[in-house]
Amino acid sequence: MSESADLNALIAQARSEIDQCVDLAVLDLIRVRLLGKKGEITERLQALGAMDPDTRRAAGATINAAKEQIAAALSERKDALEAQDLAERLAKDSLDVSLPGRGQPPGGLHPVTRARRRIEQIFRQAGFIVADGPEIEDDWHNFEALNIPADHPARAMHDTFYFPDGRLLRTHTSPVQIRAMQTQSPPLKIISPGRVYRCDSDMTHTPMFHQVEGLVVDEGISFANLKAALQSFLQAFFEASVSIRLRPSYFPFTEPSAEFDISCVACSGQGCRVCKQTGWLEVGGCGMVHPNVLRAVNIDPEKYTGYAFGMGVERLAMLRYKVGDIRLYFENDLRFLRQFA
Amino acid sequence: MQISTSWLAEWVDFGNDVPALGHALTMAGLEIEGITPAAPAISGVVVAEVRHVQRHPDAEKLNVCRVFDGEQEWQIVCGAANVRAGLKAPLARIGAELPGGLKIKAAKLRGIESSGMLCSAKELGLGEDVPGLLELPDSAVPGQDIVRALMLDDRILAVNLTPNRGDCMSMLGVAREVATVRNTQLCMSAPAKVESALQDIFPVRLNAGTACPKFLSRVIRGIRPGARSPLWLRERLRRAGLRPISAVVDVTNYVMLELGQPMHAYDVRNLDGAIIVRHATPAEKLTLLDGREIELQADVLVIADMAGPLGLAGVMGGAASGISDETAEVLLEVAYFSPSAIAGRGRRYGLVTDASQRFERGVDPHLQERAIERATELLLEIAGGYAGPVSAIKLDGWQEPEHREIHLRHARVNRVLGMSVDETELVGSLERLGMRVSEAGKGEWRVRPPSWRFDIAIEEDLIEEVVRIHGYDKVAGRDALVSQVITPATETRIAAERLADLLAARGYQEAVTYSFVDPALQQVLFPQAAALVIKNPISAELAVMRLSLWPGLVQALRENQRRQQPRVRLFELGRGFSAEHGTETELVAGLAAGSRLPEQWGEPTTAIDFYDVKADVEALLRLTGDADSFRFEAGAHPALHPGQTARIVRSGRPVGWLGTLHPERVRALGLTYAAIVFELEVESALAAIVPEAVEISKFPGIRRDLAVIVSEEITFDAITSAARRSAGSLLKDVTAFDVYRGQGIDKGKKSMALALNLQDTSRTLTDSEADAIVTRVVEHLGSELGAKIRDK
Repeated sequence: MSESADLNALIAQARSEIDQCVDLAVLDLIRVRLLGKKGEITERLQALGAMDPDTRRAAGATINAAKEQIAAALSERKDALEAQDLAERLAKDSLDVSLPGRGQPPGGLHPVTRARRRIEQIFRQAGFIVADGPEIEDDWHNFEALNIPADHPARAMHDTFYFPDGRLLRTHTSPVQIRAMQTQSPPLKIISPGRVYRCDSDMTHTPMFHQVEGLVVDEGISFANLKAALQSFLQAFFEASVSIRLRPSYFPFTEPSAEFDISCVACSGQGCRVCKQTGWLEVGGCGMVHPNVLRAVNIDPEKYTGYAFGMGVERLAMLRYKVGDIRLYFENDLRFLRQFA
Repeated sequence: MQISTSWLAEWVDFGNDVPALGHALTMAGLEIEGITPAAPAISGVVVAEVRHVQRHPDAEKLNVCRVFDGEQEWQIVCGAANVRAGLKAPLARIGAELPGGLKIKAAKLRGIESSGMLCSAKELGLGEDVPGLLELPDSAVPGQDIVRALMLDDRILAVNLTPNRGDCMSMLGVAREVATVRNTQLCMSAPAKVESALQDIFPVRLNAGTACPKFLSRVIRGIRPGARSPLWLRERLRRAGLRPISAVVDVTNYVMLELGQPMHAYDVRNLDGAIIVRHATPAEKLTLLDGREIELQADVLVIADMAGPLGLAGVMGGAASGISDETAEVLLEVAYFSPSAIAGRGRRYGLVTDASQRFERGVDPHLQERAIERATELLLEIAGGYAGPVSAIKLDGWQEPEHREIHLRHARVNRVLGMSVDETELVGSLERLGMRVSEAGKGEWRVRPPSWRFDIAIEEDLIEEVVRIHGYDKVAGRDALVSQVITPATETRIAAERLADLLAARGYQEAVTYSFVDPALQQVLFPQAAALVIKNPISAELAVMRLSLWPGLVQALRENQRRQQPRVRLFELGRGFSAEHGTETELVAGLAAGSRLPEQWGEPTTAIDFYDVKADVEALLRLTGDADSFRFEAGAHPALHPGQTARIVRSGRPVGWLGTLHPERVRALGLTYAAIVFELEVESALAAIVPEAVEISKFPGIRRDLAVIVSEEITFDAITSAARRSAGSLLKDVTAFDVYRGQGIDKGKKSMALALNLQDTSRTLTDSEADAIVTRVVEHLGSELGAKIRDK
């Protein structure tokens, strides 16, 4: 058998073995047997040293060509096997992506907090500062300074919780405004959100609820400014072009005073169950700060004027999030709370 | 207040559109809360005359009547006691429909045919629960539809009056307001005048100074005892929401409704000597009309006689001197009280009456003469009798007060309203409101409010009147031009929003619970602490201020467990109130109960424990940027498990608690499973520091692990601080990666596996340096804490 025929047979057999090999480890054994230090091809190349130069050159070229063919076949097979191996591994590791993630879902904010934050955010954008004060107040801050002397009939509008020492639970967040005006001078632009308390409990009242009151005191502040501020706020809050209506009313601490209504957000003012067919929803009270209130905190009412407004957070949240019953807010039923992310 | 529109129409022409009237009043500040018919729908009921009455042959209480309906006679069976020949009463004919949908059909009663039904007031939906048929006046015309005969085609305005508008607490007042708003005339009839037929005057003494400067009275004798008011008057009272009582009382109430002047009537026989208006003597007692005995204070005005107080002036009469069915001689009282002498007095005794509401808001001081004449006129008409002269006693030198003039500036009006008001309109509006306006220079006026308005004292009050008549809805909104103010912003306080968001992200749901709690529940958790007690709580379960947010959260947990919620995680931001220090403190608290994770496919369901919640607390504390300033020390709290209680201390100052609810409290509170709770004082615990960046080491660190065996009572904190002290600044971090008890470890001991992370910022540490540090640490732990290295 000639050298070249022998070599061809070797190549043919190697190819066949390589092609049939299904295991990377076996493939590597084949590589070692053929191309390793003592491999069949390697030995043939080593044997060239004993040949004469001419024969060596010719035989060398042939053996090297065979080596390259075998190396190429090995590499090709290796790539194929690796690709197959990867595909199998990937197939094995595939998941049911519809199974829920591990761990716990987040909780959420109370709807009153959610609405309050929204109110604060809108007013902050307009340059209002959020102010805070005590919930247990004295008579002066809650009533007297707000132009509500002891026997004033308006006290009947505030069913007040009292403590034995004469202090009380604030019935509105207006005392915060008094405190702000006592410590800062105009221009003032604040809102005071917080818990307030009234001795009243039925289908539509809870003894505790939240209010946001606003106060702007500066030179040249007018009733027209108040109207524009409320209009813009309510449009922003409801993300809708609601109409606003001011009706004359009475609060001892504002003059002129008004209650403000918005066109019903449920029926766009057409009349429905929510607005009791009137097309309007009562939202809060407002007015121009009474000169007696400004005087009580040493602000000159001839130089400065101001407006103030107040509204119930629960009420706004009810309208915004369609909560049907105010009492739900304080029952803390998780099934209710979880509806407000 | 309820206003009958048919009555109102006698006073002012408002057209026929009642809803439009309601809207106009609402927009003028008299909020109309509802418009309702004066009576429910009725059809087929007519005035009928009973012509003949005969006892039913088979029923003792029934009568068989012949009743004329204007066209023919019908046979009607009737069970009313007051049925009699000649009586005029409502007849529901066959086919009639009564309130509540009752349809009248021909019927047989105990064998006798009845072609309709004679009706009581109640059957017609007229409220008055008087037994027997509704007796119609003799002048009623048989056949006339009852709706017309009783003027039931009337609508009632429910007015929600603001406390400043006492002047509108009458038909006269509302009519005046309507006339102003509609710019039309008030139809005011001439005041009545009843000539006296008797000489009798009852002596009256005014001993209360300006509290009661004017007191009119009149004796009326010979009235028919037990007289009842006519139907029209009873109907008007009913439509105003008052209950008819007797002719005398009804007349005083009617005049009050008509003119706004409260008045009172005494039975002269019950009066001793003289009427004295005076302040009460301290601790004087009075039995009220409602039978209650009250103890009076010295600033309370009473109407008394020689024997003692008869009534609370301007609020309520007393039981002893009231009108009865035997009364034949009456003394009418019509007084003017200063509003400040009445304000708040009734409320002190839980009395808010028709009289007190009017007097404390202010009654026109010129109204008394008109009112006493009107009452006399009506009373004589209804109950007969003879009137004495009007006795008008006034304080010496006193005259009906005039309101002070108010200076009004056009420029100020425009400035406050932010619009330009026409001068003619401005003056015109005020004059329509009864104000006297005189010029006081260019664009300035002196304005005197009318005697019936008690709410107009300053320029702003006039401005409100001007814009009220102009229409609030006609003011165009304008954005304010405000000063540029940039206010301080701090980074050293964590915004409440961040706390809430962090807890929500960690699975807690925010709760809002009442600031007042059940004292019994709070007592279980805080047996030694005194809570602020509310004087007038809404209920016994909400009677004390919370000391902590835990009572509210525990209550919420209990409710949710009752609703079969297996896993509860709640937090709240709010205030706690201390009785001891009289302070309120902003708190953040949380509660977790149930399984660590919701039941799920990839994790075993295990109960939540102390360390789960501790991680949440640590996350909150990390927001301060100053986590190293906090320590969790074993502590004792009555609400918590004695072995699972941590007092949270910041730089030596206690700032909060973390722990497992005490099993005994869990049982006492009826919880179905335990909870881990925490609470932090927001201001002290969550004051933040502004971060200052430090250099990050570029050199590799070395980790050395160490397992030490220590006694149970040696804490992780003690071990790490000892390690830090001995290792020096190259020890960057110590973590525990295992705590082991059990086989191989003696009882009362534990093995703690620590990882020491060593690093220098200026060079690479060598192994021998690391070894030296570890050796130091081991020696130190041994000498200080008795720790032994655990053999591998």
